[in-house]
Amino acid sequence: MDTTIEVSGLRKRFGPTVALDGMSFTVAPGQVTGFVGPNGAGKSTTMRVILGLDAPDAGSALVGGRPYHSLRHPMHHVGSLLDAGALQPSRTGRNHLLWLAHSQGLTAQRVDEVIGQAGLEKAARRRAGGYSLGMRQRLGLAAAMLGDPPVIMLDEPFNGLDPEGIVWMRGFLAALARQGRAVLVSSHLMSELEDTADHLVVIGRGKVIADISMADLIAAASGDRVTLRTSARPEAMTVLEHAGATVTVTGRDTLTVSGLDAERIVAVLTSHTVPFSEVSAHRATLEQAYMDLTRDAVEYRAEPAREAGR
Amino acid sequence: MSAGTAAPDRMDARTGRDAAGQGSFAHVLRAEWTKFRTVRGWVIGMVVAALVTVLVGYLSAAGSHTGCGTSGGACHFIVPLGPGGEAVTDSFYFVHQPLAGNGSITARVTMLTGTLPSASGGRVHANIGGNPRATTHPGVEQWSKAGIIIKESTRRGSAYAAVMVTGGHGVRMQYDYTQDIAGPPGRPSTASPRWLRLTRSGDTITGYASADGTHWTQIGTATLAGLPGTVQAGLFATSPAYSLTTSQGLAGTSSTGGPTTATGVLDHVTLYGAWRAGGWRGDLIGGGPSDPYPVQGGGYHQAGGAFSVTGSGDIAPDLNNGPGPGQSIQFSLVGTFFGLIAVVVVAVMFITAEYRRGLIRTTLAASPRRGQVLAAKAVVIGAVAFVAGLVAAVVAIPVNSAVSRGNGNYVLPVSALTEVRMVLGTGALLAGAAILALAVGAALRRSAITVTVVIVVIVLPYLISVINLLSAGGDQWLLRLVPAAAFSIQQAIPNYPQVSNVCTPGTGCYPLAPWTGFAVLCAWALAALGLAVVLLRRRDA
Repeated sequence: MDTTIEVSGLRKRFGPTVALDGMSFTVAPGQVTGFVGPNGAGKSTTMRVILGLDAPDAGSALVGGRPYHSLRHPMHHVGSLLDAGALQPSRTGRNHLLWLAHSQGLTAQRVDEVIGQAGLEKAARRRAGGYSLGMRQRLGLAAAMLGDPPVIMLDEPFNGLDPEGIVWMRGFLAALARQGRAVLVSSHLMSELEDTADHLVVIGRGKVIADISMADLIAAASGDRVTLRTSARPEAMTVLEHAGATVTVTGRDTLTVSGLDAERIVAVLTSHTVPFSEVSAHRATLEQAYMDLTRDAVEYRAEPAREAGR
Repeated sequence: MSAGTAAPDRMDARTGRDAAGQGSFAHVLRAEWTKFRTVRGWVIGMVVAALVTVLVGYLSAAGSHTGCGTSGGACHFIVPLGPGGEAVTDSFYFVHQPLAGNGSITARVTMLTGTLPSASGGRVHANIGGNPRATTHPGVEQWSKAGIIIKESTRRGSAYAAVMVTGGHGVRMQYDYTQDIAGPPGRPSTASPRWLRLTRSGDTITGYASADGTHWTQIGTATLAGLPGTVQAGLFATSPAYSLTTSQGLAGTSSTGGPTTATGVLDHVTLYGAWRAGGWRGDLIGGGPSDPYPVQGGGYHQAGGAFSVTGSGDIAPDLNNGPGPGQSIQFSLVGTFFGLIAVVVVAVMFITAEYRRGLIRTTLAASPRRGQVLAAKAVVIGAVAFVAGLVAAVVAIPVNSAVSRGNGNYVLPVSALTEVRMVLGTGALLAGAAILALAVGAALRRSAITVTVVIVVIVLPYLISVINLLSAGGDQWLLRLVPAAAFSIQQAIPNYPQVSNVCTPGTGCYPLAPWTGFAVLCAWALAALGLAVVLLRRRDA
């Protein structure tokens, strides 16, 4: 696998609070990796450690196989957006990109290119203090693109975007992945990542709970449950249990069946002439899958949500 | 390392450092410069700093008038310039005759007495020339002088060398107004006279002193370039005006005092060389209506081999706020103090604004070498502040001194080198203050508290000294230690120990030499910058 972001065994405390507790994962190129977990799970802290902003108590984070601080022009290696609001309000968006470009040895020409990519042509020469949150996100994305990096890392990029902006952002991220870049996108809402991420790193309490492809996650969460609607509930339960299924009553005329797939259920019911009006494979929502995954790490829900760090 | 192929950086496999690493500081520097120039408020702040520096000096010069006599009209005095081009006082009583070629003069001083103005009356404003009828009482001013002198001519401001007894500083050899060498201590008396000798050999004049006329010690030598073949040599006496500084403050100072006299009794006058026998002649040098220095006449009288010479005035450089006329050109830069406050605010914002918005993380993610980031910021803010100070001084010095001259003030002349030092120094002073402010800002990370701390550290000791909250000695010590010591780099007229003057910032006088004072500020700025780098490296961003 190409070397992108490698995080291994990160530990960090802020006073009595454990922010990172053995965080380890890698990010693959050519896909969008969702970095998801509740507030305070350690997403932002992990990203700050990757960018060399916070020093971990233990463990390492490498970008392209190297520690971030050894990169002389790091924006050529990884483009990042931590906080879209981190702008000098009286500086124009274009000038914000210009000083960043100069810090990497890039020219104003490159600035104008990324302004075009982010769709900021109209706003670029206005003061950033007057930008909407969506425009700030676009400006941050333009900044991340300046060095044309193979790795892109964005913290909560959907925050503050209107529906149109969300669609635009999804398309943009997907395009970056198609170009072969590794894209790591954090969110505290699984729903934001549903149509965006190809892969998920789910974290809770400072460590990885699941490192799984989106397709596998959905399949695992759905199991092989089938919803059955029938007017002959007792008969259906009898024949299906006899055929080896586990059946639970979920309504006056609905049953949830597991242990048999939908095709087999239809065959069993038909051969016993049990009437039914609907057989549907149960498809779990991503949100449910996420809840299932994080149920084990339920303790933190009792604590007040705290965004680790500041 | 395929992920890195898109990047222009190349990694040196052996050291793990980028081959392009050398150029990266230039990039950080350029980025910080772009950051500075793209925030209009900061650019305006620096322009304001320069404008305030010029304008405060302008208003001060425009409001300062000097007039003479009851009508307050312009003063028609003539201030002589010494061989070094500096304004001098050259007022004394001279008993002299010409000396052709090499030779020497020896004399014994048996007494030095004098008169001082009485405190009850006769106070005059020191800056106004004239000879008020002051009531006097016997007493000797500390720098009253009587002795022997070899002088180019009787023209005021001409080159000279002299050895003399003084009221309170023992025997001295002085030459060309600014030079002063200490000889044996003590005031002469009939029981313990002082023997003095000057010898001329070409351009070199050597001074000697003796307690008995037999055993001589050399005090020093003076080289008076271009001394003519025939010079005037003989006996002299003079006594500087008594000056008392009564009040000080931002508005300026006011001094009172009056002329004093000194009488020296000299005998055993011995001459070697081509002297004209018996041809002594007494002349009052200076002291006329065109002499701005408070002078109370003079004369001599000869009985047997003894001369009694009485004189008033001084042979010394003119100082700002001294008894002589004139204003130091450095007061055209009095606004620097206010410009500095604007510079400090901008310099603090240059770093604390990044902390306030979280922009520091963007900066450090773009440039992970944190020491370089702070160094680049220091270079940028220092350079901008330097240019602001430089431009302000280039405008303020000629404009404000011209305004002051137009108001009848006499602006003491300084050498071109001194003016260059004042111009560069004003820039350097603002640059040093800006870097100190930046470093404190990086350490404290908050605007308001940083501005407060820096203002307190720089401005408060200066104000304490200017308004004289401490004793004079306390001010002197304070201004050796605090960053405001660097204001000494603007001092136009040097401190001369042989001229009594209260040395306070209010009179434009600082205890440290110009560049030494600036070095104190540099030490502060570098120490703060070092601390800031350590903190920036150690802390999570």
